[in-house]
Amino acid sequence: MSLEPQELTELKSKIGRDPTSTELQIVAAEWSEHCSYKSSKRHLKMLPMEGPLVITEKGYDSGVLDVGDGYVVTAHIESHNHPSAVEPYGGAATGVGGVIRDILSAGTRPIAIFDGLRFGDIEKDQQARWLFKNAVTGIADYGNCLGIPTIGGEVEFDKCYENYALVDVAAVGFGKKENLIKNHAKKGDIVVLMGGSTGRDGIGGSQFASDSLESEDRSAVQIPDPFIEKLIIEAILEARNEKVIHAMKDLGGGGLSCAISETADALEIGIEMDVDKVHTRESDMHPDEIMVSESQERMLIITSKTKFKKLQEICKKFRIGCSVIGTVKSDNQMHVKKGKKTFANLPTDVVANATLLDLPSKEPTYLKTIEKEKKLKPISDYSKTMMKLLSSPNIASKIWVYGQYDHEVGIRTVVKPGRDASVLRLDNGKFLSVKIDGNPKQCYINPREGAIGCFEEACRNVVCTGAKPIGMLDHLQFGSPKDPEIFWTFLESLKGLTDFAKDFKIPCVGGKVSLYNETPDGPIKPTPLIGVIGLIDKTPQIPQRISKDDCLIIVGETKDELGGSEYFEYIHKFIGGKCPTVDFTESKKNMKSVLEIIPKKLLKSVHDCSKGGLAVAVSELSMNNQIGCKVDLDKVPAKKLDADRILFSESHSRYLLTFDKKNLSKVEKILKKNKTSYNIIGKFGGENIQFTKGKKSIIDLRVDKAQKTWLNSLKDLVLHG
Amino acid sequence: MKVGVVVFPGSNCDRDMYHVLTDVFNLDAQYYWHEKSLPKNIDAVILPGGFSYGDRLRAGVIAAHSPIIKDVQKMAKKGVPVLGVCNGFQILVESGLLPGVLLKNESLNFMCEWTNLVVENNKTPFTNQFKLRQKIPIPIANGEGRYYVDDDTLKELKKKNQIVFRYDEVVNGSSNRIAGVCNEDGNVVGMMPHPERAVESEINPIDNKPSSLIFESLLSKMGVSN
Repeated sequence: MSLEPQELTELKSKIGRDPTSTELQIVAAEWSEHCSYKSSKRHLKMLPMEGPLVITEKGYDSGVLDVGDGYVVTAHIESHNHPSAVEPYGGAATGVGGVIRDILSAGTRPIAIFDGLRFGDIEKDQQARWLFKNAVTGIADYGNCLGIPTIGGEVEFDKCYENYALVDVAAVGFGKKENLIKNHAKKGDIVVLMGGSTGRDGIGGSQFASDSLESEDRSAVQIPDPFIEKLIIEAILEARNEKVIHAMKDLGGGGLSCAISETADALEIGIEMDVDKVHTRESDMHPDEIMVSESQERMLIITSKTKFKKLQEICKKFRIGCSVIGTVKSDNQMHVKKGKKTFANLPTDVVANATLLDLPSKEPTYLKTIEKEKKLKPISDYSKTMMKLLSSPNIASKIWVYGQYDHEVGIRTVVKPGRDASVLRLDNGKFLSVKIDGNPKQCYINPREGAIGCFEEACRNVVCTGAKPIGMLDHLQFGSPKDPEIFWTFLESLKGLTDFAKDFKIPCVGGKVSLYNETPDGPIKPTPLIGVIGLIDKTPQIPQRISKDDCLIIVGETKDELGGSEYFEYIHKFIGGKCPTVDFTESKKNMKSVLEIIPKKLLKSVHDCSKGGLAVAVSELSMNNQIGCKVDLDKVPAKKLDADRILFSESHSRYLLTFDKKNLSKVEKILKKNKTSYNIIGKFGGENIQFTKGKKSIIDLRVDKAQKTWLNSLKDLVLHG
Repeated sequence: MKVGVVVFPGSNCDRDMYHVLTDVFNLDAQYYWHEKSLPKNIDAVILPGGFSYGDRLRAGVIAAHSPIIKDVQKMAKKGVPVLGVCNGFQILVESGLLPGVLLKNESLNFMCEWTNLVVENNKTPFTNQFKLRQKIPIPIANGEGRYYVDDDTLKELKKKNQIVFRYDEVVNGSSNRIAGVCNEDGNVVGMMPHPERAVESEINPIDNKPSSLIFESLLSKMGVSN
């Protein structure tokens, strides 16, 4: 793991000499895919990143959105896939730590964590079960200790992640606009390393993450310490209030090498530092190791000599390390010394800006035939199929997961996990709703439409809470970009996301690209993960208890597009068919109608149809409210489809509205006015979940039985196999 | 009246508790860093939840040796109302102000969920507004929340009316379903569930009135009407 031969030649020609060993380490870390985005950067520019609410500042690691009344929300997403695949507890925990520090570096307090977890087939694969269990504990132990609620996420299992793990963590921060750190530095300012000590853990982590996972390099995995992170959060927010921070950056991938070079490059300054001044965990560390160690819970702060005293006082109060490691120069050089001896002296723009690649792409051959459907085995008992789906790891309740996360701390959580999207209250009386969504099964079949689908699904989920989408985070996870077929799927997904973002005017406020996600059996399926941030001005849709005779309306069309559905893949073991596509016009119309009805307080609940289709969505309403429901499939807007298609199609843009029947005319009036496709498909009551087609019964299940299976099956699988 | 909220390194419910005391119940609350001392004229002390010292060694055991604990002990002896919530309860137990210990939950997992408490003693400064056996819907969030006492101590606790709250159902394997206890004088109360997360209707999906009575009890004890 080091520089490629042509990169070494390039480095030599740029600096006009042979690099020292320390310089090689620094550049190898910073030019790694993980830190430099060299394969993806030129393409990422296509995403719209500006909008009326977006605030941009120099050197921010998180996106900033203005939510009014002098307040801002910050958001960021990261993954920790390679480390989590080797050491799931530490990998997942430090994944949380890293993204939290990105939120903190803007000067905002982290207020929520979201995690997206993906593993192999846990029904068959012991290793996947072990990875899953320990990643969840890692996130729980870290987030709970910090006192930041983990309020949402998703968990998915697919054979393509065998012996591997995708651990994505998003975080949201909140603060006053006037408290944002406006990164700046001038000659003579001092550079401070604050927080945990620098040790030998996580050496070369960013290069480790920029290669296929071939060996289990445990020393490249960082060791988590949430207690130190908690102290850092409080110390930094106190320092922010005292206005002693000029510029700030967290230490993540690439350690000091990246933090120093990127800060210097962004602020157009030089930094001279002495590795002897870094507080280390071990006494005999070589400068190379100190420069690339990815030990966690460290922050780089630039301040003036006079303000440093106050910073030192704050660090003393919290008993955390705080070392002056260097000074700001005006020469745009990154100068690393040990005592008087120079170990590296490089122009910061050379270090911080790897030459961007323009990799070739080619449509994968498998895509030519994948949409063709095979003849499916007829199903004799749909009630049985339904029970099987409700107990399947991808559809079963994730209460075993979010029940281990403190999702109440901070007393902001208005809508709790387990619903469509969680809702937080903000200090200005508004509400924030956030959701992350991915769908590798659909993205594999159609990388473009699949990615758009994830985006629309995340939007749909925040719309269900009454929130208008105001920003998007994208996390693009693919296999090796050097494979033109994989790179093609990356570009297609990115183009799809760009089209949707532009059309819906939702700016991308942050993101991450994670490449080289390869397992011993080959690349993972394309896994873009989309986070959507929604804002509610006044009235969130808080789920109310559904009671007897309440009405159920479906908004949106159900189409024959079951490719990548749980029904095809889990029940029929068939990968293929046509994947759902989003009709932009219909999608917008449906969002508009739902957002118009919610503030009128006519509805008891709004739920979206996604994984498992209408059948699962209706069952979830019934199970969450412990009440039966009778739905006539002939009433569902769909063009002459068979029962199984209507039940299990995962068509987008669909919402289930539940309300007291006395509100029917008011609800219908708005839907009709907006020319929304909808119909009344059933009503609640009794003790059974029933689907009929005309007079014919298709599914008939007791709610309590279904609920027991749905709630317990994931826990049983993890604990007892 | 003046209420002190003690902050240890790693406390993380201090700000939530402060918000409830000041914004919901209009009390004069003040934070006290664990190395400071408590003023003599303080009317009540609250130890909030969190992970003091990252739960190292055992939850609450290191914080129990913080300088401020000596002051808390003095106040407790004088009869000043002291409430420990979650990690605060663990600290009170570890510092010897309350009997028993808190062990890992039976599931061995951290548990965050809503549950029902039953009030078993309505004579304490934090429960005097409740009816006996009144139920309180309230969230728990802990990893080491299983209250344990041996049989002899349990008998003593019952005899001296020191069991303040029980869980309505078996939640985590606590002895006798105990969720909160008090000292013999009744002025020091510890509880694992989080009342500060349940007093506002906006974030309480069930009923926020019962939890509010915990704070209203304190107000009434101090002769303050809210």
